[in-house]
Amino acid sequence: MLNLKGPQGRWNFFMIAGILGLYGLIQLLAAAKILLSYHLQILSLACINIILVVSLNLIMGFTGQFSLGHAGFLAIGAYLSASLTVFYQLPFWLALIASGLAAAFVGVLIGLPALRLRGDYLAIATLGFGEIIRVIILNISAVGGPRGFTGIPRHTTFGLTYFLMIAAVVIIKNFIYSAHGRACISIREDETAAGSLGINTTYYKVVAFAIGAMFAGVAGALFSHYMQFISPTTGQIGFMRSVDILIMLVLGGLGNLTGSVVVAVFLTFLPEFLRGFAEYRMLIYPVLLLLMMLFRPEGLMGKTELSYSYLENIFSKFKRKGLRPDGTN
Amino acid sequence: MPILEVNDLHIYYGMIHALRGISFTVEQGEIVTLLGANGAGKSTTLRAISGLIPKTEGEIIFEGEELGKIPAHQIVGRGLSQVPEGRRIFATLSVEENLLLGAYLRKNKKEIRKDLHYVYKLFPRLLERKNQRGGNLSGGEQQMLAMGRGLISRPKLLLLDEPSMGLAPILVREIFNTIREINQQGTTVLLVEQNAALALDLADRAYVLETGEVSVEGDAKTLAQDSRIRRAYLGA
Ligand SMILES: Nc1ncnc2c1ncn2[C@@H]1O[C@H](COP(=O)(O)OP(=O)(O)OP(=O)(O)O)[C@@H](O)[C@H]1O
Ligand SMILES: [Mg+2]
Repeated sequence: MLNLKGPQGRWNFFMIAGILGLYGLIQLLAAAKILLSYHLQILSLACINIILVVSLNLIMGFTGQFSLGHAGFLAIGAYLSASLTVFYQLPFWLALIASGLAAAFVGVLIGLPALRLRGDYLAIATLGFGEIIRVIILNISAVGGPRGFTGIPRHTTFGLTYFLMIAAVVIIKNFIYSAHGRACISIREDETAAGSLGINTTYYKVVAFAIGAMFAGVAGALFSHYMQFISPTTGQIGFMRSVDILIMLVLGGLGNLTGSVVVAVFLTFLPEFLRGFAEYRMLIYPVLLLLMMLFRPEGLMGKTELSYSYLENIFSKFKRKGLRPDGTN
Repeated sequence: MPILEVNDLHIYYGMIHALRGISFTVEQGEIVTLLGANGAGKSTTLRAISGLIPKTEGEIIFEGEELGKIPAHQIVGRGLSQVPEGRRIFATLSVEENLLLGAYLRKNKKEIRKDLHYVYKLFPRLLERKNQRGGNLSGGEQQMLAMGRGLISRPKLLLLDEPSMGLAPILVREIFNTIREINQQGTTVLLVEQNAALALDLADRAYVLETGEVSVEGDAKTLAQDSRIRRAYLGA
């Protein structure tokens, strides 16, 4: 469980303190009217994007299953939760859980047949899945069809997205560093070899899809109850949204959680600071991707994760340098 | 009762009839080697035994149980593990993580520690490099890692596919000595090799595959003297 002893424990303690401190600081600034609701909205969207990118990272970055349909799970969560709160007056937390479970369930349904496919074929199948979800929504008039779903109550707060984002990152991180996570990574590295070691590759691919889809569904519910409006024609849930998430993932580095978080925050803020970025982003992204492939093919963070052992490494290098001022080793 | 018995095994890859009814046995405690030219079907045989490819016809009986419909991931649990051709280690994972994946089916942490220790004793170089990325190991070290990964599940029968591939002669000796040691500690070995001279020297019995059929079989020491074998595989 949570370890608070020793150097690793101190690190855990600082992380928790940092997470709570950041939250306190943002709430304080909001109370002092320095951060306006507009700022809080961007911060919330950043948290939602982190959930989306980190969950796609589990599927694509760690398990190696190319998915172009992540926004499909987001759409399921967004619309299902909105329907539950608007038509059935269900409490939001229940709608939130239902969204996660429904998305996970669809993830398994999609996963079982789709995971017989590999590489490009899987990409095409998941792309198709995302578009099918969008077209279905387009044709259900009860949820607004092409006009979109309006009048969704605003239940999402910054605090809720923030802590659910933390939960998503922590849960996925712990999963990846467990024996299960190693099994997922081994599938990405060499599926045949993984199978010959007794790893049930189908099972782990489905599990990765289910967990990834579940968090995307939760992100969807948060999203629709923040924006109070969701539509299948504005790029909120379609193919372009999947590509948006994918690009954040690739820029941050496949298989790197720190990179996912940093890039998701950065690319959520950028359009707000850079007027016109939203319209031109499909021109800017390819350039960014090209530059990335040229200069940092392993993604923003490469192989480094922000963690205790990473800091310890840097620190011990400093210490060694300190002991030998002449620079020898 | 032999630990492994293969009866009239046929394998097709689409239209290609890769194995045309081969039969052989491996007795408890033996080292049996499977020889043959490139494309003879040696790797295909091992893959079929591990359940990685479906068989068309025939029987594969391990410890009296027909493996037919058992999926690959359950076969390992029954005590049969394969070190695949070309090593296939997980490049971005550390040496120790690679080994732990071999012990993936077991839950008892203490036992896993013990087996990790056993592998490090067999291959001390792996211990020195336990935190290094698998992909950064030399070819020989990768072979040791692949073997360690196969051994850590404590198999009763170990399938080795060309462990000498691409290694310098001195390393090949080292690997073969380790195979002998593993065998002496009670693991039965089915060894696929191109290096016929060394394999016949190490093994108790041998089978020669030719385009999907067993052409010659017998005692390894006898086969090493057989003029057909000497001409075809020993370059004599
Ligand atoms: N996945 C595959 N699809 C189609 N044909 C295959 C496949 N794998 C092997 N074969 C064919 O089956 C035959 C036997 O191949 P196999 O890999 O078993 O040979 P091998 O005896 O291990 O050879 P080598 O010593 O070169 O490793 C070959 O003709 C090969 O081309
Ligand atoms: Mg082969």
